[in-house]
Amino acid sequence: MTDSQNILSMNRIKKSFPGVAALENVDFSLRKGEVHALIGENGAGKSTLIKVLTGVEHPDSGSIELDGKPVQVRSPQHSQELGISTVYQEINLCTNISVAENIMMGFEPHNFFGIDWKKMNALASEAMKRLDVDIDVTQSLGNFSVAIQQMVAIVRSLEVASPKILILDEPTSSLDVNETAHLFGVIRKLKSEGIGIIFITHFLDQVYEITDRITVLRNGKLVGTYNTTSLPRIELIGKMLGRSLTELDEVSKAKQKNEQKKDTESLVEAKGLGLTGSIEAIDFELHVGEVVGLAGLLGSGRTEIANLIFGIDTPDKGSLKIKGKKINHFSPLESLENGIALCPEDRKAEGIVGDLTIRENIILALQARYGWFKFIATQKQYEIAENYIKLLGIATPSADQLVKNLSGGNQQKVILARWLATDPQVFILDEPTRGIDVGAKAEIQKLVLQLAQEGKSIIFISSELEEVLRTSHRIVVLRDRKKAAEYSGDVDDHTIIQTMAGIL
Amino acid sequence: MKNNTPLFKRVRENRLFWPLVALSLIFIFNAIFSPGFFKLGILDGHLYGNLIDVFNNSAPLMLVALGMTLVIATGGVDLSVGAVIAISAAMGAVLINPVFGNEEITNAVAADPTLTNTPLWLVVVVTLVAGTLCGLWNGLLVSRAKISPMVATLILMVAGRGIAQLIERGQIMTVYYKPYHWFGNGFILGLPVSIYIVAIVYAIAWVLVRKTSIGLFIESVGLNAKSSYYSGISEKNVKLFAYTFCGFCGAVAGLILGSYIHAIDANNIGLNYELDAIFAVVIGGTLMSGGRFSLLASMVGALIIWTFTITMYIFGVPANALLAGRAVLVLVVILLYSDYARRILNRIFERKGLQHDTAN
Ligand SMILES: Nc1ncnc2c1ncn2[C@@H]1O[C@H](COP(=O)(O)OP(=O)(O)OP(=O)(O)O)[C@@H](O)[C@H]1O
Ligand SMILES: [Mg+2]
Repeated sequence: MTDSQNILSMNRIKKSFPGVAALENVDFSLRKGEVHALIGENGAGKSTLIKVLTGVEHPDSGSIELDGKPVQVRSPQHSQELGISTVYQEINLCTNISVAENIMMGFEPHNFFGIDWKKMNALASEAMKRLDVDIDVTQSLGNFSVAIQQMVAIVRSLEVASPKILILDEPTSSLDVNETAHLFGVIRKLKSEGIGIIFITHFLDQVYEITDRITVLRNGKLVGTYNTTSLPRIELIGKMLGRSLTELDEVSKAKQKNEQKKDTESLVEAKGLGLTGSIEAIDFELHVGEVVGLAGLLGSGRTEIANLIFGIDTPDKGSLKIKGKKINHFSPLESLENGIALCPEDRKAEGIVGDLTIRENIILALQARYGWFKFIATQKQYEIAENYIKLLGIATPSADQLVKNLSGGNQQKVILARWLATDPQVFILDEPTRGIDVGAKAEIQKLVLQLAQEGKSIIFISSELEEVLRTSHRIVVLRDRKKAAEYSGDVDDHTIIQTMAGIL
Repeated sequence: MKNNTPLFKRVRENRLFWPLVALSLIFIFNAIFSPGFFKLGILDGHLYGNLIDVFNNSAPLMLVALGMTLVIATGGVDLSVGAVIAISAAMGAVLINPVFGNEEITNAVAADPTLTNTPLWLVVVVTLVAGTLCGLWNGLLVSRAKISPMVATLILMVAGRGIAQLIERGQIMTVYYKPYHWFGNGFILGLPVSIYIVAIVYAIAWVLVRKTSIGLFIESVGLNAKSSYYSGISEKNVKLFAYTFCGFCGAVAGLILGSYIHAIDANNIGLNYELDAIFAVVIGGTLMSGGRFSLLASMVGALIIWTFTITMYIFGVPANALLAGRAVLVLVVILLYSDYARRILNRIFERKGLQHDTAN
């Protein structure tokens, strides 16, 4: 493949970590002005391939050519100098400084007195507007949603260098439909400017919408590179998983057996529950064995409801009853003791403890419920951890691996495991399938319905409407931090989208 | 399949590796240049010698380092341990003193053993309770009032020695009460009592952090307080515990320090212990940002500081140069622990490893 159009070719790249062969002789090439999807299951090696290209990791063997010339990428900074810009899977910006500072950090415009703040803010604001995001760039980044933060990361990577190659590692996993559309507009524009774009995602729709070619990895090995138009979706899934996907059908079947739960005992009962500035008073009920989906655009108040019910935030109006008992003291520990679990939206900040092992992460909530002195013996900890590693298919050489060394999707599974281990009655899942591959996604949806069948109740929050529809018995649609409507599970997606957007 | 990291690398990544290397280097230096260093003699049925001095002198710092380790592991710091040492030692001294509350204490009165009727156990209990309460106070400020650890403990650091002086009525109290001298100067089975005290406190700490879930919670809170909170861990109580325990350790250290020299000078007892303790913890490989910790490694850190100091004494280094010497030690250690140095060392060692592989 000595294609003259290739601006990048990576040849026989090999990279191993202790116990893991993350990449085995992988070839990858990128042409000028193409969008190239990198696809594979969780832990397939996508992020690792990117890290090799950006100098974060150094390959054990193999070579990289840029514009036909061999290079050795020494460090992330070096890769930027070579014209490679990256937005990583886990956003690494500073949330406590302003958006403008984040964008311009290290490249601040100066005047006689030092940093020219005015100019900096103007430049940053203009750059954000190019992505059609109109926000106050002087506010600190932490005030904005994950989606906006993601946009800021993209803007930064474009701004600090004029790249020849732009890498986006799961950029859309926390964006909603509109924001994704924005991003795609930007991608098309960059593409027309001749920039080569590497796009990693688990959303196959998006792969077909925007990419020209697809490279599939499986277990660190190259499966192949294909033209997007000549690779049907079914075949793509087959190549990713190494098997065909039939579970999705089972999911809908499982749900059908499970409809109509309204008359059972109610586990969660919120009356006029709300918090000023976060979510307006809302009535909400959750019954035994029921899956209630929360749909809505980003910022519509889905996470806020989850946080109120789980006791992260304390409501200032209304009342909440769990299993008929009125809650007076709101805290995660209290909720844990009441049999509620929350799998939070922001995996890195609120979920994993990266420097602890998988085992420690999995037993963390269970141990918190047991308290200080009922210590789970190490042997038992391994048993629990290994059980969930198997159940959820967490790809790792051992339970002693640090969670930060896991791939993004596998980290998500560790958090799920943490809460499953506490055997909760009510399970609030806030974007539980974010960054999870199609196979595992189906597994998780199946798990949700299975839990419901066992009499557990689930609040299911997801930006993917299809997924909400597939799993939920009832769907609450939120808009502008208010409950907009409530539908039974057999509503069509069109109605929901219109409600979300405020047309209905 | 459990772990195929090369053995040497695993050893190198063990927390105790670098502290022990450093300690051995100082020992080797002494073995070469100061032959008397390892000589042990027996006098009145006790061991004596430089090595015993090192252990005996290190005891209070080792204790304080234990408490400091937990505090730092939660992502905090305790600047008040020196002051806590002074307060708890002063409380003990005041209780022993026969004319409690009287400003006129002549040595003749104080020296009369028949006038001291406070039982030893009460002295010990009051000393320990005083320090523990100081720790509790710090813990409340940090965990409940949400004051940043540096500021919160600075309050007691500044005020503490004043409080200790108030307790002692502005006097340097000499303690003539013989049983009290035992903690810093006594021997059991030929070894200094202070070594046994350290062993006991270490055992308590070890059981608390490794046989209950407190250790895991401390590390988890230090690494990611928010995730820990979302998991139902009470960050507040974890921090409260760490600071309180640190206060307790300070009190035990105060007991030994007061006992060494039979006198409690509120202005000087335990001076700079907070800094040495922080340093000992850093040598032990615990990051100032919190997280993973090793009690044993911190204790080795304390030993390093004292071995180094005593070595300098032996070589007749003047006191002010001693401080400069310590500064150099700090610098070397911090450089060694930096990411940069780690990477270079790893590269050096790994290159060797690679050659072995290809040779096989
Ligand atoms: N620093 C590391 N130490 C040990 N193992 C690692 C490290 N980084 C990655 N791995 C392992 O390498 C494999 C590939 O990980 P990678 O992050 O490339 O997956 P991915 O394809 O990006 O998955 P995802 O879709 O979940 O993001 C995984 O098994 C992961 O556990
Ligand atoms: Mg990844």
